[in-house]
Amino acid sequence: MYSEKVIDHFTNPRNAGELKNPDGVGLAGNPVCGDVMKITIKVRKENCKDFIDDVKFKTMGCAAAIATSSMVTELAKGKTINDAMKITRIDISDALCGLPQVKMHCSNLAADALNEAIYDYMSKRNLTIPDDLESRHKKTIKETEGTGHKHDDADAPVDECG
Amino acid sequence: MEKIYLDNAATTPVAREVLDAMMPYFSEKYGNASSIHSFGTEAKEALEDAREKIANKLNANPYEIVFTSGGTESNNLALKGAALSNRKKGNHIITTKIEHGSVLKPCKWLEKLGFDVSYLDVDEYGLVDPENFENSIRDETIMVSVIHGNNEIGTIQDIDEIGKIAREKEIYFHIDACQSFTKTGINVETQNLDMVTINSHKIYGPKGIGALYIREGVKVDPLIHGGGHERKLRAGTENIPGIVGFAKAAEITTPGDVEKMRELRDYLIKRIINEIPNSNLIGHPQKRLCNNANFTFKFIEGESMLMLLDQAGICVSTGSACSSHALKPSHVLLATGIPPEDAHGSLRLSPGKYNTLEEMDYTVVNLKKIVGRLRELSPFK
Ligand SMILES: Cc1ncc(COP(=O)(O)O)c(C=O)c1O
Repeated sequence: MYSEKVIDHFTNPRNAGELKNPDGVGLAGNPVCGDVMKITIKVRKENCKDFIDDVKFKTMGCAAAIATSSMVTELAKGKTINDAMKITRIDISDALCGLPQVKMHCSNLAADALNEAIYDYMSKRNLTIPDDLESRHKKTIKETEGTGHKHDDADAPVDECG
Repeated sequence: MEKIYLDNAATTPVAREVLDAMMPYFSEKYGNASSIHSFGTEAKEALEDAREKIANKLNANPYEIVFTSGGTESNNLALKGAALSNRKKGNHIITTKIEHGSVLKPCKWLEKLGFDVSYLDVDEYGLVDPENFENSIRDETIMVSVIHGNNEIGTIQDIDEIGKIAREKEIYFHIDACQSFTKTGINVETQNLDMVTINSHKIYGPKGIGALYIREGVKVDPLIHGGGHERKLRAGTENIPGIVGFAKAAEITTPGDVEKMRELRDYLIKRIINEIPNSNLIGHPQKRLCNNANFTFKFIEGESMLMLLDQAGICVSTGSACSSHALKPSHVLLATGIPPEDAHGSLRLSPGKYNTLEEMDYTVVNLKKIVGRLRELSPFK
């Protein structure tokens, strides 16, 4: 079901942990849905650009949630925040050689958590926040509070293996 | 690497004795039980011998056993067959919130046809309150269907009480006994059972074979029409090798097997609860299947535990949403009132008669490491 790359990042996650005195902290997901990601970043200024100098993650979730968190930290590390905020769920799943369709939301979460960390950094510095980032932030907050991710009782899943 | 199979509630290996008993019926004794010649007679004898063995296990008459393709079909036959056949009596069915999909989905389908289904609540241990059941009975109630031993949380219902009430109120009583058959006593007479679903692949028999006990006089419409097989309730040439295997599997179960599974289960429960912090047993502490140990581990998710255990050669299952196609944890766990965030961290370990205590030790040691490792990764404490 999972690619070798996913299994590798799940089994040997990169950049696991939490940075001390981070410049930005991002949260995405909801324990009610079974996955929560927390991303911390350190930012370094060089030639008037903000680079993600270091990034770490902590995740509660399935193998795909852990692998996508690990991958997003690899993709983001060393990038400018402008480039990092453009990382999409497709970029993450492509870098992992694909994810099962039902796990694509994990990829979303990883991108959201990174964006939240960048948002946090930018708002603390009073930087101008691009509209895109602002609207994604609003959506993520809603989901993290558990209002955006409603489950339908009528279609409860049924165990298929005994 | 030696693998440790702890998913016997999902399915079991076919026992050697069972396989040996089945083999001749594939190649030499291949007759159709409906044929009149010697090949047919031979098959028919095997079929009736098997029927008798299965009936004995339930204290039923052989005539009352209908062979099917397994638990799913038996549940469908019981629910849909009885509902459709008794429409004149009423349109109300009672079941519980913790049924297997092969009962829940037929109920949902019957609702579309105009039947009304009540889904009984369960308490934190997964037990139905018989009084609550009694209060939900109406004049139009046709039947009550209850899962005897729950496949996820292992809770065994008090069917004696439910049976008494059902008999008194003259409604059919069906139990899904796929998990409990041969593991805890079932007696259709003393327990007032009208229909009982059982299957073979949970008891070291082959997959794709099961039976429905249908008490004589209970009205059920067939779902599969064709020849006059199985009291005209289930058309189709009988799966003789499967049926022979099923009966053999039922025949060879011993109280010793049950005792052994219980010992392994209790050992797992004791060590895991004592040695892994923030772990909780789900289901009833005493009224539970001898092969079911189910836990929640806080702050982590089930699929990731399952996958790391699999990498260590240990095969288990989980009720987490991430292992299913919907983003919602098991309806059974939620019905017991476990918060969804905890239900995601559930793990079912289901030992079988071929497991050993050494394997339980290896499992606990690895589970401890894996839980620790995932908690290390988790943003929660
Ligand atoms: C409680 C219960 N009912 C029904 C079934 C379905 O049986 P089968 O797989 O034989 O269709 C199972 C297991 O698969 C079960 O555990």
